Amino acid sequence: MRRAVIAFTAFLGGLVFLLSSPAWADGEALKGTLQNQGQPVNGVKISVAAEDGKPVGDATTGADGKWEVPVPKAGRYKVTLDQSTLPSGIALKFQDRATLDVQVYEGSERNVLFALVPAGQEGAAAAQSSSDSPSIWGRVAQLTFEGFNLGLIIALAAMGLSLVFGTTGLTNFAHGELLTFGAMCAYFFNVVLGIPLILAAVISVVIGGAFGYTQDRFFWGRLRRRGSSLVAMMIISIGLALFLRYIFLFFFGGEGAPFADYNAQPGVQVGPISAAPKNFIAMGIELAVLVLVGVALLKTRVGKAARAVADNPALAASSGINVDGVIRIIWTVGGAIAALAGIMLGLSQNVGYQMGFQILLLVFAGVTLGGLGTAFGALVGSIVVGLFIQLSTLVVPTELKTVGALLVLILVMLFRPQGILGRRERIG
Amino acid sequence: MDWNTIFITTVKASIGLETVVYALAAIGINIQFGYAGLLNFGQAAFLGVAAYGMAVTVATFHLPFWLGIAIGLVATVVLAFLLGIPTLRLRADYLAIVTIAAAEIVRLIFRSVQFSSVFGGSDGRQNFSGDFFAMNPYPPGTYGIGPISFNERVTWVLTVGWVLIAIACGLVYLLMKSPWGRVLKAIREDEDAVRSLGKNVFSYKMQALILGGVIGCLGGFLFALGQASVQPDLFSTEFTFYAYTIVILGGAARVFSPVVGAAIFWVLLVLVGNTLSEAVGAGLLPSLFTVNNIGAVRFMLVGLGLMLLLIFRPQGIFGDKREIALDAR
Repeated sequence: MRRAVIAFTAFLGGLVFLLSSPAWADGEALKGTLQNQGQPVNGVKISVAAEDGKPVGDATTGADGKWEVPVPKAGRYKVTLDQSTLPSGIALKFQDRATLDVQVYEGSERNVLFALVPAGQEGAAAAQSSSDSPSIWGRVAQLTFEGFNLGLIIALAAMGLSLVFGTTGLTNFAHGELLTFGAMCAYFFNVVLGIPLILAAVISVVIGGAFGYTQDRFFWGRLRRRGSSLVAMMIISIGLALFLRYIFLFFFGGEGAPFADYNAQPGVQVGPISAAPKNFIAMGIELAVLVLVGVALLKTRVGKAARAVADNPALAASSGINVDGVIRIIWTVGGAIAALAGIMLGLSQNVGYQMGFQILLLVFAGVTLGGLGTAFGALVGSIVVGLFIQLSTLVVPTELKTVGALLVLILVMLFRPQGILGRRERIG
Repeated sequence: MDWNTIFITTVKASIGLETVVYALAAIGINIQFGYAGLLNFGQAAFLGVAAYGMAVTVATFHLPFWLGIAIGLVATVVLAFLLGIPTLRLRADYLAIVTIAAAEIVRLIFRSVQFSSVFGGSDGRQNFSGDFFAMNPYPPGTYGIGPISFNERVTWVLTVGWVLIAIACGLVYLLMKSPWGRVLKAIREDEDAVRSLGKNVFSYKMQALILGGVIGCLGGFLFALGQASVQPDLFSTEFTFYAYTIVILGGAARVFSPVVGAAIFWVLLVLVGNTLSEAVGAGLLPSLFTVNNIGAVRFMLVGLGLMLLLIFRPQGIFGDKREIALDAR
């Protein structure tokens, strides 16, 4: 009896553990860079205490002015700069702000800024309240950049999803797992086998395309031929998503992990924007791929055929287009660019078994906003969603930024269900 | 391999708290999806707002228990309106996307640090079930047959749960025999035909969404009370997917199939889980399987099962192939 109770409790515990989703990235921390007139300030002691005054840890800024203190969990913390350790000639801009009360959100690292000035120029906090952030326009520029970064990743995923929807009518809930699959492949080649990330990414994109092709050739194509209804296929895609996600969990484990390369790149400052060089390169690649796919859709025979099939499969078939062939190409390309999106996502966050599912709803938001089934609508909608998510952090807490995007999704349904570029008759 | 333990936990799972909660959620989904053809993928949110409505009223604001239940019910109905008004006029898959997004919104707000003074963040809320257990008529002790027995608290929760399931099933049976239920099924088959007969399709769909949500929300109350706590991640989208698996396993558009489906689902899940963990403990499986990752195997099987069911037997165990909503629009 006793053992039964223990076993059952253990089972329940395991269930709760499984049902609860891990945060985006693990490891909350407080960090920052001390600078005086653009020059790093080193050797300054910064200590962190919990809200009740219990010390959590301290750090001393390095030669680059950086410091970081990991904290056990999300919550409010008091960060204190020890003014006696400041080099002579440098002082806190606001003497009464040596201790800051900051909020750390689940799974995120919180940047803490202490404003430093040459001694003798310090003022009172009341003079300028937004002193711990750069100017508002600087933040807007930074967030716009990050929004484009996220929006382009969403757009890569959304292209495939939208084209598959347009050509087959399938609302594919397993599309997020195509992203995770790509990231997992790249992780395997990069971290386990030690292949450089760029080569690993190329291999993974090819495998991702093959995965898309195989899915359509041996699974979705067969279901279409059996005459499975769209609602049935949608629920089947949920089953497939669950199946794949837990396979990833089985092999990868529940913890997120970064790729081996390009991990800790120091940020560079471009105008008002500061970001790691990998972000600029990633955005360049994403843009190039999106333009390439867009041009292919507009100019090539296959692209024109794909748009024709998305418009009206029956009419396309009767005018001599091989509909199944076109759909297979779309699945292949969709799988490949989804894998690329997954790798880019893994590069900007961590690789984890739920990454695809977590971004899937944002992809849906982008696709719906742009108009379900239209490739260019998906592109526009995704970038709007990415921008909206990042810029909304100006007014809403970072942890709730996704909520804003999903609310927009619902509002779009209310006022313009066909999306920006969609057409009325699709929604019926 | 301790087959005795496996047997006992499996039998207990067939009538346990999870089965009750998922059965109520699945009865709600059966009304929406099985009878009305609505793809509500946000059932977890309905359970969530009900459970949190009650827990927050009692634990945060120290108001009476029954007021908490009332607030939970009102919150569920409000959520149904919020979801229904924008989407019930659109095609089936739009409702699916919107409800799944709404469920994530609700979960993210419940677990946010910003509102943790109200909802308790990712730790959720405790200390609200006192009044419920004060009503417990069972004196302390264990109840059951031999080793398959529960303590007085669990027995009380399960009693209330199964009574609610019986009432819900009775209600569904009567409703679906009534003219109202026939209109609902007609909407599932052909919305335009029903509209041409002068019925207000939107209103009927909304009523189905609300009714399914309210029955599901009873499961939310029981989930919270049975565990004496609420956590946001209990109400993740996976909850809804499992409830759909249950409905399809039992067979959509049948009165008892969600209940039987829930029992079978949990029996299989517990049986597979315990057998695997015992097998790992006894070293019977390849070393690829460890205590940490066999949990994932069970849910892989859920996904696989859902796919295979829909491909090869969409009517489930008891369903009628002519009576399933899968061909809706």
